[in-house]
Amino acid sequence: MGHEAQETDATAAVDFKEVQSTERFQQLRKRHRSFVFPMAIAFLLWYFAYVLLADYAVEFMSTKVWGNINVGLIMGLLQFVTTFAITGWYVSYSNRKLDPIAAEIRHEIEGHEFDKNGNQISGVKK
Amino acid sequence: MTFMVPAVNVADLKETTLLNMGIFALFVAVTMVIVIKASRNNKTAADYYAAGRSFTGPQNGTAIAGDYLSAASFLGITGAIAINGYDGFMYSIGFLVAWLVALLLVAELLRNTGKFTMADVLSFRLKQRPVRIAAAISTLAVCFFYLLAQMAGAGSLISLLLGISDWGGQALVIIVVGALMIMYVLIGGMKGTTWVQIIKAMLLIAGAAVMTFWVLAIYGFNLSDLLGGAVETSGNPNMLNPGLQYGKTETSKLDFMSLGLALVLGTAALPHVLMRFYTVPTAKEARKSVVWSIGLIGLFYVFTLVLGYGAAALVGADTIKAAPGGVNSAAPLLAFHLGGPLLLGFISAVAFATILAVVAGLTITAAASFAHDIYASVIAKGKADPETEVKVARKTVIVIGILAIAGGIFANGQNVAFLVALAFAVAASANLPTIVYSLYWRKFTTQGALWSMYGGLGSAIILIALSPVVSGAKTSMIPGANFAIFPLSNPGIVSIPLAFLLGWLGSILDKKLEDTTKQAEMEVRSLTGVGAEKATDH
Repeated sequence: MGHEAQETDATAAVDFKEVQSTERFQQLRKRHRSFVFPMAIAFLLWYFAYVLLADYAVEFMSTKVWGNINVGLIMGLLQFVTTFAITGWYVSYSNRKLDPIAAEIRHEIEGHEFDKNGNQISGVKK
Repeated sequence: MTFMVPAVNVADLKETTLLNMGIFALFVAVTMVIVIKASRNNKTAADYYAAGRSFTGPQNGTAIAGDYLSAASFLGITGAIAINGYDGFMYSIGFLVAWLVALLLVAELLRNTGKFTMADVLSFRLKQRPVRIAAAISTLAVCFFYLLAQMAGAGSLISLLLGISDWGGQALVIIVVGALMIMYVLIGGMKGTTWVQIIKAMLLIAGAAVMTFWVLAIYGFNLSDLLGGAVETSGNPNMLNPGLQYGKTETSKLDFMSLGLALVLGTAALPHVLMRFYTVPTAKEARKSVVWSIGLIGLFYVFTLVLGYGAAALVGADTIKAAPGGVNSAAPLLAFHLGGPLLLGFISAVAFATILAVVAGLTITAAASFAHDIYASVIAKGKADPETEVKVARKTVIVIGILAIAGGIFANGQNVAFLVALAFAVAASANLPTIVYSLYWRKFTTQGALWSMYGGLGSAIILIALSPVVSGAKTSMIPGANFAIFPLSNPGIVSIPLAFLLGWLGSILDKKLEDTTKQAEMEVRSLTGVGAEKATDH
């Protein structure tokens, strides 16, 4: 279990409450939530709107648009498109806005900046 | 616009049995060699359960697609579209959109917080023992429902290929499938299972792509003409409109909503999918794997739309329903129509491989959960060494294999996509509220978790037992009896909100406070990945 064991040692002395209260961590948390929550609500609403239309607005969904292709089919395929679009958007957002802060905080923790006994035990446990 | 629809003679299929078996045997032989090679460095528990966290995002993403594109997706959805038209397409959309819940809310945070199982995350900041037991029980329950669906698919496929409609013959084949699966998991562990998934996912997507291209070519790459063909063969213009299956009554409309809810919220709570996030080294790779799997799964579901309507147009709903294996036989029959015995052999072997691989993935998840959560943490009180834990996991594999074989023999003949939807409902009710609350809600408590998990699991299972799925209808599992008090065949619309409510209520009524240090630790770990990332980038 090579690295598994090390992991436990490396974070045993960390004061997580202190990390949690730092401004940078709060910023990371805020950035994460302010993206994923509204996005999750948006795509769930769009999905349920679609399900409700398919369920209770059969006439509308059966309207032919082009040949045999009707509104329902187009809306179904649009669900695919929005799913791919949101995936792409989230990945680019995380790469730009979340990953750099997360990596910074992680390095500081691993560099013993948040150990419970201050910095003096830095480097002792390796 | 007239298309000749040559009849598919189901009796001809029997002559291709040897060929089918040959192609399948070849797949088993090749994958077995790979599994044995992959398992050479299986030493630790992390190796056995999480493949040593050695897979890359794209590899794991393909394996997730392999896990997800089960017989339900391929056989079940194609069959559902071929027979019920637009309403079958609904499964594809729900199954795909559901991945956004996993991507945005669950995958990375879970990867950062846990080690091997879902219970690792759920019990992180709550009371270990009770929460772990509850999470393990719901993991086992969901895996069992899912296994049932896969084994039912195996039964359908066999009856079609071998023309075996007698109970004993089908049972024998289900036993062979089960035994093979036990071997894969025992020998290969997570690493071997993952490789089988990767190979199978690629074969499945390639096979579906060839068939899609073929069907479209027949209709001059005009989707509208293909749809027209489906309407013409079925003689029912409503094939293209919603409501053919679920639009009949107000109850069935509500059932459609319930299904939609279960599909979209189930994925992010499926234990065997969650466990896959632990096979990658970092959260970033976990994210990459979800992106890959969304791409592959989305592509595949576009194919199923063409295949389903293709089967409706070229094979015809009546032939499909009359064939041994019923609804689930649409895709193999379409393959036979297009490419004769060779394509049928290939597609059936792939479908078999799919069942085998998915069953293996489910089994290892259930075994890991039992060994890691119940045996190591509860029975041995955390004192079991990893070697004993892996030994227990291996024994559990055999027990689960036998249970799956027995269950599969009885669940034979139901539409597999429908059975899988039940597993999704159980997962979404029992697991999702607790996963979401423990990752995002500071005031969530042990009591809330227990109420939500047991309440969600219990209500989902009780409602299924009291639904027309089990009794009171012609297609029920026990057709003779009638104790169907609950009118909907999918319990999601009741049990999922109930589980969320119970989680909230249990927490606000809990007089005991949870450890805020643990909460801080979980939040910091989940967002930054500290301690869970391999020390590679500094």
